[in-house]
Amino acid sequence: MLARSLRPLALLTLLLAMLAACGAPQAPAAQEPAAPAAEPTAAPAAQEPAQDAVTIRYFTFSAAPDHLDSLDQMIAAFETANPDIDVQVETAPFDQYFTKLQTLIAGGTAPDVFELNYENFVSYASKGVLADLTPLAAAEPGFAERFYPRAYEAFSRDGKQYGLPQSFSNVVLFYNKELFDAKGVAYPTADWTWEDELAAAQQLTDPAAGVWGSYSPVQFWEFYKTAAQSGCSVLSEDGSTVTINEPACVESLTWMVDKINTYKIAPSDADMAGVSDGDLFKQGKIAMLRTGIWMFSAFADAPFAWDIALEPGNTQKAHHFFANAVAVSATTPHQEAAWKWAQFFTSSPSAAAIRVEASWELPALNDQELFDDWLAQTPPESREVVFQALDTLVTPPVIEQQSQMQDAVNTLLEQAKLGQITPQEALDQAQAEIEALLP
Amino acid sequence: MRPRGRARLLTTLRYVALILSGATMILPFLWMLTTSLKPPGAVLTIPPEILPRQISFESYARVAATVPLLRMFGNSLVVTVACVAGQLTTSALAAYAFARMRWRGRDTLFLLYLATLMVPQQVTITPLFILMQRLGWVDSYQGLIAPGLVSAFGTFLLRQAMLGVPREYEEAALLDGGNHWTLFRHVALPLVGPALATLAVLATMSSWNSFLWPLFITRDERLMTLPVGLALLQGRYTTEWSMVMAGAVITVLPIILIYLAAQRAFVRGVALSGLK
Amino acid sequence: MSGARRLHQIGWLALFLLPGLSGLLLFTVLPILASLLLTLFQWDLLTPPRFVGLDNYARLLGDREFWAALSHTLGFIAGYLPLVMLLGLGVALALNAPLRGLGLIRTAFFLPVVSSWVAVALLWSWLFNPRYGLVNYLLGLVGLPQPGWLFDPAWAMPAIVLTSVWKDLGFVVVLFLAGLQAIPQDYYEAASLDGAGRWAQLRNITLPLLAPTTFFVTIISLINSFQVFDQVWVMTQGGPAGATTVLVERVVRHAFSYGEMGYAATISWAIFALVFVVTLIQLRLQRKGAADA
Repeated sequence: MLARSLRPLALLTLLLAMLAACGAPQAPAAQEPAAPAAEPTAAPAAQEPAQDAVTIRYFTFSAAPDHLDSLDQMIAAFETANPDIDVQVETAPFDQYFTKLQTLIAGGTAPDVFELNYENFVSYASKGVLADLTPLAAAEPGFAERFYPRAYEAFSRDGKQYGLPQSFSNVVLFYNKELFDAKGVAYPTADWTWEDELAAAQQLTDPAAGVWGSYSPVQFWEFYKTAAQSGCSVLSEDGSTVTINEPACVESLTWMVDKINTYKIAPSDADMAGVSDGDLFKQGKIAMLRTGIWMFSAFADAPFAWDIALEPGNTQKAHHFFANAVAVSATTPHQEAAWKWAQFFTSSPSAAAIRVEASWELPALNDQELFDDWLAQTPPESREVVFQALDTLVTPPVIEQQSQMQDAVNTLLEQAKLGQITPQEALDQAQAEIEALLP
Repeated sequence: MRPRGRARLLTTLRYVALILSGATMILPFLWMLTTSLKPPGAVLTIPPEILPRQISFESYARVAATVPLLRMFGNSLVVTVACVAGQLTTSALAAYAFARMRWRGRDTLFLLYLATLMVPQQVTITPLFILMQRLGWVDSYQGLIAPGLVSAFGTFLLRQAMLGVPREYEEAALLDGGNHWTLFRHVALPLVGPALATLAVLATMSSWNSFLWPLFITRDERLMTLPVGLALLQGRYTTEWSMVMAGAVITVLPIILIYLAAQRAFVRGVALSGLK
Repeated sequence: MSGARRLHQIGWLALFLLPGLSGLLLFTVLPILASLLLTLFQWDLLTPPRFVGLDNYARLLGDREFWAALSHTLGFIAGYLPLVMLLGLGVALALNAPLRGLGLIRTAFFLPVVSSWVAVALLWSWLFNPRYGLVNYLLGLVGLPQPGWLFDPAWAMPAIVLTSVWKDLGFVVVLFLAGLQAIPQDYYEAASLDGAGRWAQLRNITLPLLAPTTFFVTIISLINSFQVFDQVWVMTQGGPAGATTVLVERVVRHAFSYGEMGYAATISWAIFALVFVVTLIQLRLQRKGAADA
């Protein structure tokens, strides 16, 4: 009888023993500072780290998938110069990057150094999760001057430096030379206005061939830049008033929407049928495209000649300015090492050279020589346009509840684009919703 | 003669309907396959090209060169095998308790099991991550596997199946001097063969395709599973669709094989259901 | 004597329940309880959580976007659930025969289930293309109107429903097949001998004996469809112009984009409450209709 009742308990014990055997927790990551295991193109100079090597974790979204090789080269160069520091890369696709970063920080396991784009920088900086780099920068003479001033300032807040700009990029007008030649239209010049663009696009649009004269998306980023081309901005200078529904802004949105619905020189979302604007441009279906300079390598093998030009303005010119930065976690136990990597990655000549050669975005440095090499690369021929655009740059309007603002504006812009509401109505509504988000 | 002719017509109709609908089911897989056989750089066109102009395995080669494919495959394999074994075992045992045993609080506890299925994973994932961090299981195989070892869904599925076991078999076994363990092992389990096979396939699929949890819990590349590694193929601004599809095909193939293998278990289950 | 029997019983219960239950408690129930606690806080993940009492719940009642997402989700369920259940049962019945080649067709039905949503969403975006897509082409052939599908706020959700039914059909079929194949052939043989026709057999043997499976498939499909997310995220991102926002999509936005994890948890628990109530109703209905076990 007793044996009977012991049977189930015996079986249970067996089960538990099995689980225990395969589930013994290991000690938390006191990482073996070995060279990264399965890197298919591991850089040759991966040194054996010294005895008391420190491991720095660097979290990035811009390196994968195309630039992991370049990143490895930079790490190899860095580790050679700093044998007691080992850099481990962690990546995530851009869409999940910030979700994962927030979770890592919430769990107390923030990466030592991580990448941030401008919109997210403001919120991270204001929440105190970034290390204050001001004293570290001050300790190196001439440090701040290495960087392009606007980019460097963008990543400071309340007078303290929280991030180092690693790259900058902007948006210009790409145009398909062959399509222009075929219709006998003159190429865009630096003093084009919206009227010039409209005239050219009307000649270039060819419904029979499925060719559109122009394309720019109707969304938040494109909108605030187009509004700036009419002299209007989403927020007032000091950020306290919402000016998104002023007449000049309404004029800009009307222009954006009319290109699709009234003049029919730009494709609607339905017309594009899920194919990206970049792919359409490469297929020769879009004559003029506003997109970022990060597309240079993607378009390099396009089967036609293309070039870039400044964007047409309205009452003035305006161009996007985007920058990515690296920041050091406020809770890292290895601040010294993290700082060394951060500054090497963003401003050392060797890292910058690798970046330029690989066309991995432009380093945000104040070094004209560096750019001479980049300027000489083709296509496109007119790379100097990228720097000319910096004269009329506009940065995104940023508030603390950035995502909510962007989502709200995007939904309203979409409704205007679909013709559900007028541009005036859309921007009036946007004004009210953004006001509600301000403290 | 007439009834047989009619039966044949019905069978033919059945076949036609099934083949037609089966064809629509295959369409995406075919398209995934043909897109993956295009060389990288082949751009999406409207209307889409179903057949590639030239067959090239370059996309597969590029995928293997960009991400540590073999390693990720191995990781996915380890995690899936462990999780499926765990789920089958724990679910079958619990299902027996819920379906064939009478005890106080049984239905309430079962409701709790069901309730856990109703809370979206997207919020609970953060507390789970923090729990793992406290256990020291971040970036480890245990962290990857542990949450997947049990399944309320699997328990539910097998409980329903075990509810259908006829009492007569139980009573016969009890008369022969059986206890719960023999009832479980020799009566309940064999009779729910199809359900077990189904759970095996579904558990394999959900574990193999699991994305969000492995994304959070792994940091080192050496622990990455297939879906996480392949998501990296989608760049921020551009996407090489042929490579993405190559990755998708690589991911899908093992599950198809498992499913085909499990088909035999279905057939076996049918044969067994006529047991004494 | 009775004490030893109690011990015996507990021993058996422990053996069967503990393995699964302990894992469930630790890795599922615990985080779920934590998320319940979170509804009383405001948490942006970057700074420590801040207690706000019942503020999140009050906010939920007045949140226009939440109610819109709820109505979209209910619309999805109303379209998706009946379709997938009826078609799934029909296909399973058709496939449940010892005919040649059915194994291959069964596999064909399962293919969409295992394919990634990224691939499926892309394909169906093209099939639903208003100009070049196959769907509108076929509709045009028979003279039916050709809607704008994913680009039209009125038709985007139907497109998502159809795509979801197509993708999940194999899942439902597999589950129904498992249930069908557990029904002993003898019952059918006996009924045929008694002269019962196919419909009678369906009504009097198949459906009643399939009841546990049907119950299971209904509950699971209901739970899953209340939490519909992946396809919406990949196909429309909640658009066009917010026409296809759904509950879990709101959860994700609030949790990870807006830094409002506490509010996201509140929405999650609202989802839970809805699903729980509906499931309870289902359970009651099933108990009423079930024969004595």
